[in-house]
Amino acid sequence: MHAFRQILRIETRLYLRDLPTLLTTVGLPTLILVVIGLVPSLRKPDPTFDGQTFVSYFAPSLLVVTLAMVGVNTLPSVLATYRERGVLRRLATTPAHPAALLAAQLVLALAGILASAVLLIVVGRLAFGVPFPRHPLGFALAFVLGTASLLALGLLVAAVARTTKAAQALAVPLFLVTMFFGGVYLPRFLLPDVVARIGDYTPPGVQALLDAWTGTSPQPLHLAIMAVIAVAAGASAAKLFRWE
Amino acid sequence: MSVIEVTHLRKRYGDLVAVDDVSFAVEPGEIFGILGPNGAGKTTTVECVAGLRVPDGGGVSVLGLDPRRDAAQLRQRVGVQLQESQLPDRLRVAEALELYASFYRNPADPAALMDRLGLGEKRNTAYKKLSGGQKQRLSIALALVGNPEIAILDELTTGLDPQARRDTWGLIEQVRDSGVTIVLVTHFMEEAERLCDRVAVIDRGLVVALDSPAGLVSRVAPEQRIRFRPSAPVDDRLLSDLPEVSAVQRTGSQVVVTGTGDLLHAVTSVLARHQIVAADLRLEQSTLDDAFVELTGHRPVD
Ligand SMILES: Nc1ncnc2c1ncn2[C@@H]1O[C@H](COP(=O)(O)OP(=O)(O)OP(=O)(O)O)[C@@H](O)[C@H]1O
Ligand SMILES: [Mg+2]
Repeated sequence: MHAFRQILRIETRLYLRDLPTLLTTVGLPTLILVVIGLVPSLRKPDPTFDGQTFVSYFAPSLLVVTLAMVGVNTLPSVLATYRERGVLRRLATTPAHPAALLAAQLVLALAGILASAVLLIVVGRLAFGVPFPRHPLGFALAFVLGTASLLALGLLVAAVARTTKAAQALAVPLFLVTMFFGGVYLPRFLLPDVVARIGDYTPPGVQALLDAWTGTSPQPLHLAIMAVIAVAAGASAAKLFRWE
Repeated sequence: MSVIEVTHLRKRYGDLVAVDDVSFAVEPGEIFGILGPNGAGKTTTVECVAGLRVPDGGGVSVLGLDPRRDAAQLRQRVGVQLQESQLPDRLRVAEALELYASFYRNPADPAALMDRLGLGEKRNTAYKKLSGGQKQRLSIALALVGNPEIAILDELTTGLDPQARRDTWGLIEQVRDSGVTIVLVTHFMEEAERLCDRVAVIDRGLVVALDSPAGLVSRVAPEQRIRFRPSAPVDDRLLSDLPEVSAVQRTGSQVVVTGTGDLLHAVTSVLARHQIVAADLRLEQSTLDDAFVELTGHRPVD
């Protein structure tokens, strides 16, 4: 526990030192929100979106941006780099277990995601009248399970990829698919219905986020699927993870 | 009692037998060298000792403990420098040492260690910005920061310039003098000759010799050669009758005497008795290099 705290302290410093990554992780979704929000017609309530504005309708997809970036991109590539460079192995020769470093990275990934989400929600509320999530409990649940499912997938990538290159080769398509089904590239109302329905069940479960944000409780099945993915991917990652 | 005992160690990677049959024992307070050509199985051997790899056969005991079963205890007491292991790019020298120091119950003072290794001025430099030699020294420092009873150093001075290499040797001697047992994997014969009390030469996963550096040299390549120009004519027989001498040759005005044992003393005293002065006298001895080539059929790198 002591070693974990020390490692977390140092890893936090390293995380804050990598300014470009930090800014992208925390700020990119909000930046996109601001750009979209500057278009007046996108701030008008529209029947296509059940009387909400496009900005409100699109906000959950912006959350997907951070979740995908951190979960399936940054996390696995950091872990794969640490393994490839022998950082994990070197730690294994000391009284600290390399799992402490992995745990620290998870904490930082969560912190980045949380900071990004809070910034997005607050700026959306203050600048563009996007309401705070109307079903807070449901939103928290959808957010936690969605995050868990993507982080678990990221860990699985880190577990099976032997090198940094291999990790990226796996992470990039996973990232693109997550973003696509999350309605980031094309807003979901433009996607064919079947694609949008698939997106309800791909991590992080953007429909559950949207439902909770706009007021109805998320559908249990959507949440359950995220939980199943999180547990299955997490367990496989734990089983397959290589320290060297 | 030996601090490290390795008996019939065997380790395969798939079909490749990296370590076939390696046995040795390391005594308290000595610097024990492991020499051998590339791919001989040196790193694999010390990684089994350090508990990083599970042997396929044979036994390893470190400080009377099992490197796998008693890993938690041994990690406090054994410091390891791995051959290929880097740190995060943005991590600074002092941060790395302080972090690693915090893992141990009774760590060394990171600041003092940095000074001893000539890293004091680099304390706030990021790992990425260190030179190869500085990275190497940081790596050594990390192996020592826990005040270990045993330090396992794989390729201690690879990548260092000659001056830094000598400084590091001085440091290792100091560490040994403070009571630490050291296992040193090296490619450099000069390093082994200077530092090691005993050396195991490993080739293709087997120990082909185990002795002191001087012992290895005299056992494998005992020949010595003396060249000189006598001030007065010398009868060959004067020299060839000496028990130490195996051959006497002449090249021009030069006499070349080959033999074993205390050859130099034997030759010079017989010359002195006959009032002959040996001008341009040179003694050529085999070195650990020659012994290495003899034992493994490889030229040592460098
Ligand atoms: N992780 C691994 N997986 C598969 N093969 C390996 C692995 N590590 C080493 N080997 C192989 O095992 C053999 C012994 O390797 P080892 O690293 O122990 O040699 P070494 O004596 O330390 O060599 P060097 O002087 O080059 O460091 C080599 O043939 C090497 O290719
Ligand atoms: Mg090696």
